[in-house]
Amino acid sequence: MKFVDEFRDPGLAKKLLNRIKDLTPDRGINLMEVCGTHTVAIFKHGIKELLPERVNLLSGPGCPVCVTPMETIDRAIALAGLPGIIFTTFGDMMKVPGSSFSLEEAKAQGADVRIVYSSLDVLEIAKGNPKKKIIFFGIGFETTSPSIACTLLKAKKERIKNFFLLPAHKLIPPAMKAILKDKEVNLAGFISPGHVSTIIGSRPYEFISKEFGTPCVISGFEPLDVLQSIYMLLLQIREERPRVEIQYRRCVKPEGNIKAQEELYEVFEVSDSPWRGLGIIPNSGLRLRKEFSSFDAERVFDIQIESGPEPEGCLCGEILRGIRIPVECSLFVKKCTPENPVGPCMVSSEGTCATYYKYHGRKGYERG
Amino acid sequence: MCLGIPAKIVRINETMAEVDAGGVKRKINIQLLKDVRIGEYVLLHAGFAIQRIDEKEARETLKLLEEINEVCR
Ligand code: SF4
Repeated sequence: MKFVDEFRDPGLAKKLLNRIKDLTPDRGINLMEVCGTHTVAIFKHGIKELLPERVNLLSGPGCPVCVTPMETIDRAIALAGLPGIIFTTFGDMMKVPGSSFSLEEAKAQGADVRIVYSSLDVLEIAKGNPKKKIIFFGIGFETTSPSIACTLLKAKKERIKNFFLLPAHKLIPPAMKAILKDKEVNLAGFISPGHVSTIIGSRPYEFISKEFGTPCVISGFEPLDVLQSIYMLLLQIREERPRVEIQYRRCVKPEGNIKAQEELYEVFEVSDSPWRGLGIIPNSGLRLRKEFSSFDAERVFDIQIESGPEPEGCLCGEILRGIRIPVECSLFVKKCTPENPVGPCMVSSEGTCATYYKYHGRKGYERG
Repeated sequence: MCLGIPAKIVRINETMAEVDAGGVKRKINIQLLKDVRIGEYVLLHAGFAIQRIDEKEARETLKLLEEINEVCR
């Protein structure tokens, strides 16, 4: 078993689509895939165009690059420009426009900005450059933040003093709550993020069915995973029995990964946090605990920033909330492309605008 | 950004392991998981194993998929 090809069997997918058709209600319904990796999988495998027209898939706020506020990006760029700094980041953040320019442009102007694949690479850079101060841009959801916590614990244990974190981590369930409270989006169900859930498990989603009566299925990322999740959601809708189910059972346990949660909360604590397009969401972010404040780039480096307004005409905020789709943006394709992105949703390879751009022209792409 | 890929544990050295991720050899951190064993599959994300992949559950899911397609109408 390779855990990939088995879940791509076209014969099984076709049959599953027939079951989905049988279960499709007479009215149109919106299902939201929260995670950007799901958005990409759905387009890549052409799932949108295979589904009955009445089953509409909306993309949610599940791309860490896209939900990072402009103010945080400006802060990163300002830090990168300080003397004696090596600024490190996951590659996706390089092109995101700040108020005046991006990290990539800061690098072109001489700042030492380096792309890393793993936060552990940053520790190596710190050890190799003892005279420099190394800052890591901590973005990502629950999938990523435990690995950053693990890196900080290692830095503390090894007494690495020239490593700092600019924390911008976000938590997914509070953002889903914000979407549910937003009366403009009418959701019949959530395709919940599989890899976030490997860490947090299924319990943090319980409020979705209990408080809001909305069905919720935690899904894997192969075509059969996504189709089965849609089937499970439709079944919940038909039975009028909303609950949290796990489709991605090979990787997600109800309790999640407890060891990872322990490391995460040894280093971080929950705090309110600003999201692009969604504003400040209560308990939706992570800040460093007091014991780790000497690693906190925001405290250690005193910088003042002034952020400008969001780019004119960009609908990223509405797109992240699922109330608009990229083709409704007047800049889409005309002025905003992956080479010259105006907003963050066009930058990240998992941003909704970038995904629509890559697969545009296909059937089903002009609807949500 | 939340991408995770299946990787097979080939060798273990304390908190690090060598894995085969779709034919590519990589060194990854396994500190976020308890009692990782050689031969197991894990989910690899940003240089870390974030969860193990349960082969029995994978087979169950595939069986369930077959069943949905046969029985339900
Ligand atoms: S197409 Fe570009 S400008 Fe329009 S919403 Fe998307 S990122 Fe913003």
